[in-house]
Amino acid sequence: MQYMLLIYGDEKAWFNLPEAELQKGYQAYIDFTKEIMASGCMRGGSELKPINTATTVRVKNGKTLTTDGPFAETKEQLGGYYLIDVPTLDDALAWAAKCPGSWGGSIEVRPLNDNPQPE
Amino acid sequence: MVAKRTIETLQRRDGGRILAGLIRYCSDIDAAEESLQEAYLRASLDWPRNGIPTNPAAWITTVAQRYFLDELRKSKRLSFFADDEMENIAAPATSNPANIIAELHDEINDDQLRLIFICCHPALAPVAQITLALKTICQFSVGEIARSFLEPETTTAQRLVRTKRKIKEAKIPYIVPTSTQLPERVDAVLSVIYLLFNEGYTLGRAQNLMRQSLCEEAIRLGALLQKLLPATPQSPEMSGLLALMQLHHARAKARVDSAGNLIPLEEQNRGLWDKEAIHFAIKMLDDAVAERLPGPYQMEAAIASLHCQAATAAATDWKQIWGLYSALWQHRPTDIVALNGAVAHAMAFSIEEGLAIIDKISERGELALYHLLHAARADLLRRQGKNEAATIAYNRAIDLAENDAERRYLQQRLMAM
Repeated sequence: MQYMLLIYGDEKAWFNLPEAELQKGYQAYIDFTKEIMASGCMRGGSELKPINTATTVRVKNGKTLTTDGPFAETKEQLGGYYLIDVPTLDDALAWAAKCPGSWGGSIEVRPLNDNPQPE
Repeated sequence: MVAKRTIETLQRRDGGRILAGLIRYCSDIDAAEESLQEAYLRASLDWPRNGIPTNPAAWITTVAQRYFLDELRKSKRLSFFADDEMENIAAPATSNPANIIAELHDEINDDQLRLIFICCHPALAPVAQITLALKTICQFSVGEIARSFLEPETTTAQRLVRTKRKIKEAKIPYIVPTSTQLPERVDAVLSVIYLLFNEGYTLGRAQNLMRQSLCEEAIRLGALLQKLLPATPQSPEMSGLLALMQLHHARAKARVDSAGNLIPLEEQNRGLWDKEAIHFAIKMLDDAVAERLPGPYQMEAAIASLHCQAATAAATDWKQIWGLYSALWQHRPTDIVALNGAVAHAMAFSIEEGLAIIDKISERGELALYHLLHAARADLLRRQGKNEAATIAYNRAIDLAENDAERRYLQQRLMAM
């Protein structure tokens, strides 16, 4: 079963960290990524650029409406994700607890819907 | 008639256990429930004619498994299995159904644990956890659950559908957690059991027999968990919780008057308390405490045991209760614990000081609108003879009370003064 680990956190707090702390934070992610890659269950993942780079698109009555910013303003923002393939939710939850994103922020664990891939 | 009664007893007593095994067999809660219902139906037709089998539970299990396999073969959709998985399903033993239960004996305990852990999985919302536990482990009907929660049956039914869908779609596993996860997961189970107990115990919107039975189911569930789980560092807390629930429940008869009104501990007829249950619970608590792994449930049980052991209200050992609340606060530093500690302080040492502590808690804000804080203040002011201040506090508590039963109780206290 594939699960998305959606990493939410206070983006401002993250980027306002003193340089040394920020380096430590990134190092923790590097270590975690190495570990999850070694386990063979990682299918993808990345940090996202900050929300000021986000653009939202809606099409209404055939007209495209493009706006600056994320879909919703929230206290914690989506900052990155991992896509993993593990047997059950418990395994996914265990990885989420190990991911540095869950220490200060929170991680939403969502199973992927197994829609058939178009030919 | 005999057959019908046997089936009913079986449903109540062994239903949860049989279902636990079927869920593993079918890898699906809905399919297991449906197969079990079908087996009961077939029993009600077969047993009156052919007699009750020597091992009714084994008969039901086998028939349910066969029904499941037949349905699986018939169904082309195979909603919960891919074709290749069919091969892995063991055919039910056909030669001697009576042996099945014996052969699977080790699995039975594990299946029941699996069922407890999946119902209490932290990925499910608390109310969903209790509902599913009542439906599967305790074998309540949807109607019974709805009546005990005082909600429409459709609400209960929808919640069950959503809960089972999450288990299936998010793939919550039907396993006993690994030893690293076990402590956290046992804690989750204990809090679900206590939640279930409190659901029945709290003076709710209505006091009825259904709610009483929630308390009994919680105790039964706690005892089952204690029996099934091998000794772990969580065992003393498990016993602590079980003792705590039994101590509360032992006072059930004295707690409510004939009109359904709550009687405060101080005014209860202690002769109505179940002495034997209290004795049993205290023994269990003593054994747990001897393990020297203290925890909040053991402390709460110890507090309850001091109340239960006092021959009269005046003989209550408030000093020790105060000490236990201080210890409990180390584990659960919440304002509710602080509030209870403040009342114990007032009763043990000085009402004046107790009131001062309550005022400080109130100033912190979280409990400022909590009716029981004002009720506690009112009660202490009454004891001081400050009737005017007590009246104001009682009225504040009445305004903030969450339901009629509580309002009625507080109004009675006000009248009595």
